[in-house]
Amino acid sequence: MKITVDEPKCVAAGQCVLIAPEVFDQRDEDGMVVLLTEAPDADQHEAVREAALACPAAAIHVADS
Amino acid sequence: MNRIAVVGAAAGGLATAEALRRRGYQGVLTLVGDEAELPYDRPPLSKQILAGEWEPDRLALRGRADIDALDLDLRLGVGASGLDAAARTLLLADGTSLPYEALVVATGVRARCLPGAEGVGGVHTLRTLTDALALKTGLRMGQRLVIVGAGFLGAEVAAVARRLGADVTLLEAGPVPLAQAVGEETGRILAQVHREHGVRLHTDAKVATVLSADGEVTGVALADGRVLPADVVLVAIGSLPNTEWLADSGLALGDGLVCDQYSAAAPEVYGVGDVACWHNPLFDTAMRVEHRTNAGEQALAVAHNLLNPDARRPFAPVPYFWSDQYGAKIQAYGYLRDHDEARVLRSDLTERQFLVAYRRGDRLTGVLAMGQTPRALRAWRGLIASGATWDTALTDMAVTDPAAV
Ligand SMILES: Cc1cc2nc3c(=O)[nH]c(=O)nc-3n(C[C@H](O)[C@H](O)[C@H](O)COP(=O)(O)OP(=O)(O)OC[C@H]3O[C@@H](n4cnc5c(N)ncnc54)[C@H](O)[C@@H]3O)c2cc1C
Ligand code: SF4
Repeated sequence: MKITVDEPKCVAAGQCVLIAPEVFDQRDEDGMVVLLTEAPDADQHEAVREAALACPAAAIHVADS
Repeated sequence: MNRIAVVGAAAGGLATAEALRRRGYQGVLTLVGDEAELPYDRPPLSKQILAGEWEPDRLALRGRADIDALDLDLRLGVGASGLDAAARTLLLADGTSLPYEALVVATGVRARCLPGAEGVGGVHTLRTLTDALALKTGLRMGQRLVIVGAGFLGAEVAAVARRLGADVTLLEAGPVPLAQAVGEETGRILAQVHREHGVRLHTDAKVATVLSADGEVTGVALADGRVLPADVVLVAIGSLPNTEWLADSGLALGDGLVCDQYSAAAPEVYGVGDVACWHNPLFDTAMRVEHRTNAGEQALAVAHNLLNPDARRPFAPVPYFWSDQYGAKIQAYGYLRDHDEARVLRSDLTERQFLVAYRRGDRLTGVLAMGQTPRALRAWRGLIASGATWDTALTDMAVTDPAAV
């Protein structure tokens, strides 16, 4: 799995951090998404896909590799 | 279950379709939408699109390939016109009738119009991409823009229009903008931000009529006799749920499609997004929220409930919305309406920060903030989600974020 985030689209909603805190974080200053790892472990894949679905800015893209 | 129809192909409808596939549904999945475009996102319409920062193609919620991968029976550019709930048949405007086993209603809302202003050139509403592009063409340097309605939408457009150099007048029918939604003191803080940015804000301003010459708008006349000259008018006075097509369906319609705590309107009929008025057990109240995040969350919940009829889960979210104004982000968690108290815990406009907590009975029910860290906001959200009492919440937050209380 390879994750990309389209940062300018992010609206700092933090849905991704609520769903997959081991993969996503937010910058303190403005809440923008911070990707902690582009290629998370398999046990995180489910959560990452949920986060991509729930992100209100469609800013998270997941590709299978 | 082998035939699911989703009506409304925007944030809520598309997310429902995606969530159904993700949760393993392999049957026929019809997605019907009356707009011709591939599903696109609305929040940037009053922000990046109006400001000219994004081209419309950035609005697409998913690329063509991702949509193709969902293997949908996709019907765009055609609206649903009726529903025979007993026969479980959906009627489309082009005469097609589609049998379904389960139905998801995600038809959203449309902008409310100002009576008498329809068809007058230069008078706009803002809900669709077409609306946004039309308004953008009218917003140029030095143009006089009058915005009727000082809610979040009107406020965002005012902010962008000022940045584009327009001369902006914002009209609020009540004494304080957004007072009902966020409380009077908060409304006054937000009003102050507009004034600091050169917006003329008129309160207690009730519109009598829109003035025009040769079919083009020339101004707005208020009930008290004042006349505000205008080159462009935006009507931002709220919205109406798109439920007319369900009028003869037998489904309960009130402020939107009436749903229970599972988001169900009837057996195998669910509501998602702006159109759905459901019972949120976390706040023990019926609510219909026009928040982008809710459309996605409700879609996930409905997909689960549809596919797991014996293990349905109540939809009990902490609603969340944001609004971008003058380069700052306003964020809110919870249910702010019907509060008994809105306590301003922090307010420093020069630092562009404020924080307001909402109480209903003895519970913390919401928080609205600008310029706070994501960590602090998540802590507030956690307290709202856990049903914390007001006293506990304020004590807890004094420990986590001493400056806030
Ligand atoms: C300009 C603007 C700015 C916004 N900014 C923010 C923001 O900053 N933060 C925030 O939280 N929220 C914001 N919102 C709200 C957010 O966009 C909505 O909550 C979200 O779009 C809801 O999605 P939905 O799918 O429920 O409804 P909609 O987006 O309204 O989609 C419903 C779809 O169904 C279609 N439809 C209607 N009737 C029929 C029919 N009979 N048959 C077939 N199709 C039909 C409609 O044409 C539409 O395509 C904003 C909205 C607008 C308009
Ligand atoms: S969920 Fe989306 S919008 Fe929200 S912080 Fe994460 S990437 Fe940004």
